Amino acid sequence: MKKRSIIPILYIAFLMLPIYWLVAMSFKTTNEILSGFSLFPQTFTLANYVAIFTDPTWYWGYINSIIYVTMNTVLSVCVALPAAYAFSRYRFLGDKQLFFWLLTNRMAPAAVFALPFFQLYSSMQLFDTYLAVALAHTLFNVPLAVWILEGFMRSIPKELDETAYVDGYSFPRFFVKIFLPNIKAGVGVAAFFCFMFSWVEMLLAKTLTAVEAKPIAAVMTRTASSAGYELGLLAAAGTLTIIPGAIVIWFVRNYIARGFAMGRV
Amino acid sequence: MIELQDAVKQVGNVTHIKPTTLTLQAGHFNVLLGATGSGKTSLIKLMAGLDPIAQGRVLMDGQDVTRLNTQKRNISLVHQFFVNYPHMSVFENIASPLRVAGMVESEVQGRVEEAADLLQLRPMLGRRPHELSGGQQQRTALARAIAKESRAVFLDEPLANLDYKLREELREQLPDLFAGRGAVVVYATSEPEEALLLGGHTALMEDGRVTQFGPTADIYRNPENIAAARVFSDPPINLAKITISSAQAQLAGGGSWAVFDATHLPDGEYTVAVRPHRVTPFRTSEADVELTGRVIVTELSGSDSSAHFQHGDDAWVSLATGVHPYQVGEDHSFYMNPAHCRYFGQDGKRVV
Repeated sequence: MKKRSIIPILYIAFLMLPIYWLVAMSFKTTNEILSGFSLFPQTFTLANYVAIFTDPTWYWGYINSIIYVTMNTVLSVCVALPAAYAFSRYRFLGDKQLFFWLLTNRMAPAAVFALPFFQLYSSMQLFDTYLAVALAHTLFNVPLAVWILEGFMRSIPKELDETAYVDGYSFPRFFVKIFLPNIKAGVGVAAFFCFMFSWVEMLLAKTLTAVEAKPIAAVMTRTASSAGYELGLLAAAGTLTIIPGAIVIWFVRNYIARGFAMGRV
Repeated sequence: MIELQDAVKQVGNVTHIKPTTLTLQAGHFNVLLGATGSGKTSLIKLMAGLDPIAQGRVLMDGQDVTRLNTQKRNISLVHQFFVNYPHMSVFENIASPLRVAGMVESEVQGRVEEAADLLQLRPMLGRRPHELSGGQQQRTALARAIAKESRAVFLDEPLANLDYKLREELREQLPDLFAGRGAVVVYATSEPEEALLLGGHTALMEDGRVTQFGPTADIYRNPENIAAARVFSDPPINLAKITISSAQAQLAGGGSWAVFDATHLPDGEYTVAVRPHRVTPFRTSEADVELTGRVIVTELSGSDSSAHFQHGDDAWVSLATGVHPYQVGEDHSFYMNPAHCRYFGQDGKRVV
């Protein structure tokens, strides 16, 4: 047993190294970081975190990010649910092509759309709003959510739908009371991926916001001052950025395994 | 009562159900008997309103339901695969159609418990479907159909996925479960034996059409065409080419007899059909025709023995009670009473 666990332990330690370094740095002073190599913080400080939680420009970055990411997740999953249902249940002209086209949207680099989105959203008075970023991120999140949900829905036999109709369920009632509870794992996985991709996406979020909806990623680029970069502060901000993702992963960890088992994700 | 009037089901260019007219009554089982792919499920879905009807009409108790949604037809359906709501307990599963209909809770409770008692599900009411055996899962689906007290119950090969013992057990129970409920019971199966055991009426299905419909025993005794005779026989019915001249039948491989009541039959080629159990290794009457043939395969099942033998160009099957000492590869004599023969013309239709 010991022999077998050595390699995974080494692998995980290797993966965790940069994260450890980030967390360790966040508890150091900028001077210590710049002065040389140290494995542990020599002078342990919480000043970096205090700075973030007391400065509105800092913590509003987080709040803004969480707001548009949540909006995007809800929007993407709600749009993807009916689409995925149609793909999993009906055959129509060009259904496979349409499905593939949806997936190709996922492959489109965000940079390509930055400029047209900026133009479009500015003219629609959407610039620097949460909705702007949330909508822009649906570009790659809706196809992903459709793809994941379709896989989960396909595993539910069509006979379940028929049984529900025979029992008297109307379509909306069937969808909410019977169908959704049976694919809730899929909804969890889809929501998780939407959350993650929206959370880490920076280019569109930065381009489409100025002040009101500025994401944390944009705030972090402004730590440069006359005294140079405030590395400790930056590391603390980075550490805090990891936390929401870690929390979400904790909640959906079992579902993700099921998603993998079903050939999607 | 369910009436189909020239009902047609089409998907794209493929016709799944050819124009079908059929009247199914309550009070007894209506069995749809046919091989896999003969259109039994298609016909059920058509009656249930799950698939759109291309032409014709469907009536339930005289009311035209052709354009009525499944939800409003007040029917029940049990699939071949055990379909229950996985996220609900057995109780919730049985109660679900009642709850949807907005029934008061006290009555829901009573109906569910009554159905659960009938199907011996009382101890499982609190469990989830996936915690039950296959037989219990299917009984849950049946209980849901019974508790609903709908005017039509469609059972689409409900026993096909159960093991032999459970199947027998449940099959025995089925007629009692639905007796006196006033619902039209439609039961699809591919096994002739089930049709005979369940009684009532049988509709023989082949290639998307009902080839014959009537009381099960009548259909068994008097198949209208070769297809019907073939569908309703297990082991397969013996079919052999004969020539009839002056009301005298002649088998190609030897053996001849007088065809009863066939004086008007024009001379020519015909097909004779005899059920395997009417071909025995011993004489059953004076009129018996002797067939001699080489035994190819023998089987023993319980106290029955069957023999496949070659007679002329035709392969015959004999099924007789008792254990008979056949020697594979040797010639044996078999006897057939011409009174049990059915004759079909070149077009496959029954003559005489």
